[in-house]
Amino acid sequence: MRAIAPERRVDFAAIRKDFPIFEQKVHGKPLIYLDSTATTQKPRAVIEELERYYRTYNANIHRGVYAIAEEATRRYEEVREKVARLLNARSVHEIIFTRGTTESVNLVANAWGRKNVGPGDVILLTEMEHHSNIVPWQILVQERGATLRAIPIDAEGRLDLSGLDTLLQGPVKLVSLTHMSNVLGTVNPVAEVARRAHAQGALVFVDGAQSVPHFEVDVRELGCDFLAFSGHKMLGPTGVGALYGRRALLEAMPPFLGGGEMIREVKLEGSTWNDVPWKFEAGTMNIADTIAFGTAIDYVRRIGYDAIAAHSRGLAAHMMGALEEIPGVTIYGPPAGERGGIVAFTLDDIHAHDVATVLDHEGVAVRAGHHCAMPLHAKLGLTATTRASVYVYNLPSDIEVLAEGVRKAKQVFHR
Amino acid sequence: MSLDDLYRQEILDHYQNPRNWGTLDHPDITAVDSNPLCGDEIRIDLKIEDGKVAAVRFSGKGCSISRAAASMLSEAVEGKTLEEVKQISREDVLDMLGIELGPVRLKCALLALKTLKVGVYGVQQSWPGEDEEE
Repeated sequence: MRAIAPERRVDFAAIRKDFPIFEQKVHGKPLIYLDSTATTQKPRAVIEELERYYRTYNANIHRGVYAIAEEATRRYEEVREKVARLLNARSVHEIIFTRGTTESVNLVANAWGRKNVGPGDVILLTEMEHHSNIVPWQILVQERGATLRAIPIDAEGRLDLSGLDTLLQGPVKLVSLTHMSNVLGTVNPVAEVARRAHAQGALVFVDGAQSVPHFEVDVRELGCDFLAFSGHKMLGPTGVGALYGRRALLEAMPPFLGGGEMIREVKLEGSTWNDVPWKFEAGTMNIADTIAFGTAIDYVRRIGYDAIAAHSRGLAAHMMGALEEIPGVTIYGPPAGERGGIVAFTLDDIHAHDVATVLDHEGVAVRAGHHCAMPLHAKLGLTATTRASVYVYNLPSDIEVLAEGVRKAKQVFHR
Repeated sequence: MSLDDLYRQEILDHYQNPRNWGTLDHPDITAVDSNPLCGDEIRIDLKIEDGKVAAVRFSGKGCSISRAAASMLSEAVEGKTLEEVKQISREDVLDMLGIELGPVRLKCALLALKTLKVGVYGVQQSWPGEDEEE
């Protein structure tokens, strides 16, 4: 897992050719996709695995004893092993498949939260969380009579940990924070937060939706208790993600959804639960997408996290440099060295929707809005930002097209 | 639709010089709404005299399409009876803008109308993207 690979050059121009979506044109221009924070494009291998499943071994898992059912079951469970290795979990029993990060947060907020959070207790978040790491906890604390607190951020969009020990005092049951901000690109010192949280008796949930696609994440090194991420943000299909949870916690948690497969024995008077992780996988799971998610993990690991992280950081620095040269551009968040491949910016008083529409006509796909982080935008005093984010199929030439498009937006609205 | 068609001169003019911009001191009707997608906000104030719109002001935060639509709509309601205001349809607003919009930007274009309808009906009667109730 931790073997240091020798320095090797990855041909990212060749990687782009693995993604069929770039063979088309948008508004007559080549597609420049800069919205990987929202979802990534899919390589041919992933698309073909989906088709292979439906064409050759489509069957329900964990049930049939016939050949194709066993093939589907074997491949589905192999993905659990791939995820466990990816995160350096202790075993496959610590990996639960879900619909994605949002469902993973809801799973923990319901199954762990309703059992362990009571009146007066506190859930500690941060000011830079995605709505999916805020709202499930709000629902929980409202139901349980508990409260939410948030770790503040500083002017450059880093967590301000100076008051953390004070924030952690009292009945803080859990700290839930993002590993990498989906707006600012800030990479948070999760290991330090986890160490200080554990010292005060709080558990730690990590939203890894942006981090796991971009750099190596080791749950044992981080010392977190839960970590969630989504397949579709790392080249996999939509509708599947994974939740890591320490086994002792998962064993003690009641189920989230009830149904088939999550049970050991059902009587009309009551039921007993299956072993973890299957206790948390009720009903027919998203088999095809989970198997293709495994193909995506293989693809990411073949490129290698060292190369992906360096590529994203390099493009982010390039993007910040190119955008900063344009008068009227304001970039939010920390310096290039402290962030992943995400750059959120504003352009004078031109609305983000208008910037994004001009860029769209140049073939450039970016996100405009509050990126499901309204509290963060309120903190920054903003309604909306334009966000450009990169992944393995982006090249430096994409950044030039982006910068040219931003200049064009200025011309359109300041003429 | 090309960029020049989308951001045609009339839309940019309404965006950069919005008509009836601001608030009224003692409005008879005030309605506020927002677009959860982008956080855009709008407030529309109406002064009603003899059953007609004697004055209208709008304010808020929004993109060029949403502000231009609000500005054009504000001109359209001046002097109209409340009954006539109620008859303004989403097609009327899109005709004023004279552009084709995808489902996301359609919400920008129709935010002002939606807010205006909430104001004149007192409750929300129609939703952007859905057919008007006749």
